[in-house]
Amino acid sequence: MTVEAKLGQVANYVDERTGAAAFLKKSLRKVFPDHWSFLLGEVALYSFIILLLSGTFLTFWFDPSMREVVYEGAYQPLEGVKMSAAYASALDISFEVRGGLLMRQIHHWAALIFMAAIVAHLLRVFFTGAFRKPREGNWIIGVGLLTLGIVEGFLGYSLPDDLLSGTGIRIAEAIIQAIPVVGSYLSYFAFGGVFPGELFIPRIYIVHVLLLPGAFLALITVHLMLVWYQKHTQYPGPGRTEKNVVGYPLMPMYMAKAGGFFFIVFGVTAFLAAVASINPIWLYGPYTPAQISAGSQPDWYMGWLDGLVRMAPPIETYFFGYTVSWNILIPGLIIPGILFTGMALYPFIESWITGDKREHHLLDRPRNAPNRTALGAMSLTFMMVTLINGGNDLIATHFDLSINQIMWGTRFGVFILPPLAFIITKRLCLSLQRADRELVLHGRETGRLLRMPSGEFVEVHEPISPEKAFILTSHEQLPALELPAVDARGVKRAGALKNKLRARLSNANAVAIPKVSTEDLKEIESH
Amino acid sequence: MKRLSRFRRHKAAAPLLLIFALLGIGGTFSVASATTASETSAVERSTLIEEGRQIFLKGCSSCHGLNAEGVSVAPSLIGVGAASVDFQVGTGRMPMADMSTQAMRKAPVYNDEEVAALAAYVASLAPGPEIPGMELLNFERDGSTAEGGELFRNNCAMCHNFAGQGGALTQGKYAPTVMGVLPKHIYEAMVTGPQAMPVFNDKTITPEEKLSIIKWIKSAEAEPNLGGASLGRVGPVTEGLLAWTLGLGLLIGVAVWLATKAK
Repeated sequence: MTVEAKLGQVANYVDERTGAAAFLKKSLRKVFPDHWSFLLGEVALYSFIILLLSGTFLTFWFDPSMREVVYEGAYQPLEGVKMSAAYASALDISFEVRGGLLMRQIHHWAALIFMAAIVAHLLRVFFTGAFRKPREGNWIIGVGLLTLGIVEGFLGYSLPDDLLSGTGIRIAEAIIQAIPVVGSYLSYFAFGGVFPGELFIPRIYIVHVLLLPGAFLALITVHLMLVWYQKHTQYPGPGRTEKNVVGYPLMPMYMAKAGGFFFIVFGVTAFLAAVASINPIWLYGPYTPAQISAGSQPDWYMGWLDGLVRMAPPIETYFFGYTVSWNILIPGLIIPGILFTGMALYPFIESWITGDKREHHLLDRPRNAPNRTALGAMSLTFMMVTLINGGNDLIATHFDLSINQIMWGTRFGVFILPPLAFIITKRLCLSLQRADRELVLHGRETGRLLRMPSGEFVEVHEPISPEKAFILTSHEQLPALELPAVDARGVKRAGALKNKLRARLSNANAVAIPKVSTEDLKEIESH
Repeated sequence: MKRLSRFRRHKAAAPLLLIFALLGIGGTFSVASATTASETSAVERSTLIEEGRQIFLKGCSSCHGLNAEGVSVAPSLIGVGAASVDFQVGTGRMPMADMSTQAMRKAPVYNDEEVAALAAYVASLAPGPEIPGMELLNFERDGSTAEGGELFRNNCAMCHNFAGQGGALTQGKYAPTVMGVLPKHIYEAMVTGPQAMPVFNDKTITPEEKLSIIKWIKSAEAEPNLGGASLGRVGPVTEGLLAWTLGLGLLIGVAVWLATKAK
């Protein structure tokens, strides 16, 4: 029997019992569109797999216990120092386990890249409008994954129980305590008594290695199944419609590309881990509540939160014997709550403003949705200002500035710069629309000058390709919603105030430079 | 005398007399020479103080006053001691380049002899902390690295950072890095409390503990970067920057390459 025949027998055996052939035949031919920005989510996925693998390696040696031990390991400068078993075992992983330090560094670099890739992926989805119907649910799952990622990363940062970890936990404790009335009880509950206690590390350990990875796996599975079922969005172009997907089949093109890309992500992470130090816990020393280091920072994805807390003015009020620490409560809980709720609900808010309830599988070019793009730029600016204040001490020492100047600059900047970014971005988008219109109407400027017999100089314009012209004109421009305050019989409509707001938002959203129409082109040709 | 003269022809008389004579000469010489030596030292010291005063008048008095009494822009130096001068001038902080928030470390303007003269002059004004001698600064023998690390994290890290890289203080002031500083200067900084730094006297941190701190600083200075490039030993800010630029940057580059259509 030939090899093919044997393989066929095995395949047949499996198919007869599972009916897999029909599924595979359909699935392996599934088409995915090709664009580099569609690979950002893949970077996050592969980083997650790297995190699972390297994290499992670390659990073989990590001892999540706050029991006090005297260090007697290989790192001389800490010889005989009292520390928790968690910190001692993290030191042992770094210095005594073969490949342990490399694995620790791979795990931490992968975590930073994981979060960066999630944010980059989110920005792509936001700016191209990929969250619109039918993908609102998947957008919410994505926001959930981002939130879980922040929590999971913070717990990982806290586990080694070094001086920096403990400082982070101390701030988390302060934020828990800032919740009015129940804060101190919640803190007692979380720490099993007074900070730091002996329970917190074992508790967050099981959350970090079991509960949250489990939640991640479940959510990522649903996230990908929805992509599978709803099919991938695609950029506009000739032959691409709301009803088809233009791209390459899963097998062999995408399998090869995606499989290869996994190893490249692994390679880049391992490269970083091999050449660049990350979280050198042996330099920080063990955590004790009496100590703190200058320049204590969280990992980057928490930097904006730290920056918000750092810029908050010291406001506290007292109600009936209870202290309300607004300086922690507002930046630590209220603003993040508003931001993440707003982000999760954005697809619904946008469809409410536009009144557009149709399905969308073709992506927007960011310039063609000026309001959304400006809103994204505004949010990014807000995040950047707060992130900068999160590193204000390092910026002060490295750029010879005063930490107070930076704090005051960002206190004002956080209110002034985001609206400014909105206005500038919206104008830029409209200018780019204008440029598109020019390009379609008059073609590309070639830079070649011609002298006419009359002595006049003219620049030769070259018409753009039909493909390009299609991309520049295929988007739709929806008019603003008509929401009159009174109905046909002159009676005031219900919810007039809500409608007024909706009409105003809709008007602002519909501002656009009219795209080139067929009449425009005919007009040009007649010249 | 008659009694003594009876022994003048004794066979031991001459050697004894010689011994007495030698002792007498030696004793006289030693007493005489000792006096001379201490006199020259006093003379030398007063010349040193005078030299120091001359340097002070030229280089320092415009801010600190002609008698080091201090004026509005600069503090009095009476009672700050030789250790303070050795630290401030020896690390180039004084004379200040400009009246900014804080005197910064730079190449010293005066050489070792001039610093010693200035220190002697200021020490002559009123008693203050002295320059620690080489015998005292034997941190390799008397210090303990691990204990020094704990002391550093307890007393120094909140301003100077966990690895002694320095950190920001309010209003543009800063705690400088303690890397690459002479043990003598670290010790002097602890006893004199320069700029915004508090004084750590011998009751707060004993001399042995100070040596332990110096030993830990020197060990941190000599420690190779065990995990690869150190990224400044300043914590997660530089790590995040590298993750976004080199990490995600490389991956986006690869993604663009992967999505490029074959031509």
